Amino acid sequence: MTTLASSTAFVPRPLAPFTEEGVFIRRALLHSLRNTESAVMAIMLPVMLMLLFTFVFGGAIDGSGDYVDYVVPGIILLCAGFGAAATAVSVSQDMTTGIIDRFRTMPIRASAVLTGHIVASLVRNLIATGVVIGVALLVGFRPNGGVVDWIAAIALVALYILAITSLFAAVGLAASNAEAASGYGFILLFLPYLSSAFVPVETMPAWLQWFAAHQPVTPLVETIRALLLGGDASTRWPTAVAWSVGIIVAASIWGALLFRRKAGRR
Amino acid sequence: MIEVEKLSKSFGRQEVLRGVDLTVEAGEIVGLLGPNGAGKTTLVNILSTLVLPDSGTARVAGFDVVTESDEVRRRISITGQSSAVDELLTADENLRMIGRLSGLSASSSRQRSAELLARFDLVDAARRRVASYSGGMRRRLDLALSLVVAKPVVFLDEPTTGLDTRSRRELWAAIRTLADDGAAVLLTTQYLEEADQLADRVALLDGGRVVASGTADDLKARIGDELSLPAPTLDDVFLALTGRN
Ligand SMILES: Nc1ncnc2c1ncn2[C@@H]1O[C@H](COP(=O)(O)OP(=O)(O)OP(=O)(O)O)[C@@H](O)[C@H]1O
Ligand SMILES: [Mg+2]
Repeated sequence: MTTLASSTAFVPRPLAPFTEEGVFIRRALLHSLRNTESAVMAIMLPVMLMLLFTFVFGGAIDGSGDYVDYVVPGIILLCAGFGAAATAVSVSQDMTTGIIDRFRTMPIRASAVLTGHIVASLVRNLIATGVVIGVALLVGFRPNGGVVDWIAAIALVALYILAITSLFAAVGLAASNAEAASGYGFILLFLPYLSSAFVPVETMPAWLQWFAAHQPVTPLVETIRALLLGGDASTRWPTAVAWSVGIIVAASIWGALLFRRKAGRR
Repeated sequence: MIEVEKLSKSFGRQEVLRGVDLTVEAGEIVGLLGPNGAGKTTLVNILSTLVLPDSGTARVAGFDVVTESDEVRRRISITGQSSAVDELLTADENLRMIGRLSGLSASSSRQRSAELLARFDLVDAARRRVASYSGGMRRRLDLALSLVVAKPVVFLDEPTTGLDTRSRRELWAAIRTLADDGAAVLLTTQYLEEADQLADRVALLDGGRVVASGTADDLKARIGDELSLPAPTLDDVFLALTGRN
């Protein structure tokens, strides 16, 4: 009985700054480790896609064998998208199970739960990106960018991961359940296919060219390609960054509104 | 510690609470009874800052639940009717997470987790994911999570539902200890024996109002007189007062 008369007296004092973030990032990373299947899929699928594009379609699309160099930047982004989609499911699960109610009755910023999922997604996807680049090097990817180019390219990838993850977090809040969340999330994964990631925009029908040229993935892919393979990265990076930051801001506002509605008091 | 006055709440056109009055003093256990759908959970959710009332006032530990919800949250612990545990984490990880979020250091959280795992008989399962737990084990973890730090006001919404007899007895003793240490405890239950044994006072919620309150013995005596029953039980009181007899 003595253990219940708590060894830790009740002290109503505020938490140290960022305690919630630390706890919830740790929680989301633990969740990621437990979801081994989705983690394996998030790495396996892009790797398989890369092998598919380089060995099967590669010959038909571009006989010279340089296709692997062309396609890797697109695969990197595709990979980032796969891993981020799991965020929609995690967020939706959190909102539909009882745990969020426990957080809501505690004197904490419950919205830090979302920060946890987003940071965990960034970590997961950067690891997956590393694996994908490693496999790409094995199958003949020959980048010639310098250290600064690589840092810039990875920073862009991280920005893209953050953008798409915040979007998926908001989708997870909007969806009525986890299945719906993963269903909506899937739509976003088509964006890389309708960009210059796999084939040059010029090869597409005119109406699709317009869409492909003006959607966020194209400037990102082109900039990363230019950075890693030697090209002029200066023209498209502002568009790429503007898109990513714009998406992060819009998704955060949307997410905050949804969170207030879903986790607020009724 | 808990002061509720003329509290009302509707969901759409359904009036769930229609002017509830209730008080719970420090060190007191009040059992909230009522048929299914009477609004017990709704009342507990309003008092624990999950749901906004439509009108009336509710103060918990001296603070208004609507306008001073952060102050209220510092002073309450709640075990809701539906479980509020993280299924992907282990019991130990759940307890330590709540410890950290309650302002304990990493080492105090670990120590407190070990104490509560032992107290709630979860040591063997401590390193298994909650998803693999039985209903009763999950309930015990839920209760343990609410007791990571001692709070002056404790809400328990049907805490013993799904617990075996031994766990139930132990929980009763634990709740008694909380009250003896000065906490105000509001608990809802469908087991009238539980209210009889544990609660200092019971309040019966029906039709959106508290239709009777007092010690179990008072209510039994009253109903015994009214219905000329020789030895009324709390079940008789419940049935008589909720108009289902
Ligand atoms: N979020 C909600 N939206 C609409 N109706 C609700 C909501 N929450 C509760 N209700 C309704 O309010 C009424 C009271 O529900 P509540 O859960 O408070 O009852 P209760 O006394 O706890 O019942 P039980 O003994 O079954 O737990 C029910 O008719 C329920 O359908
Ligand atoms: Mg209820």
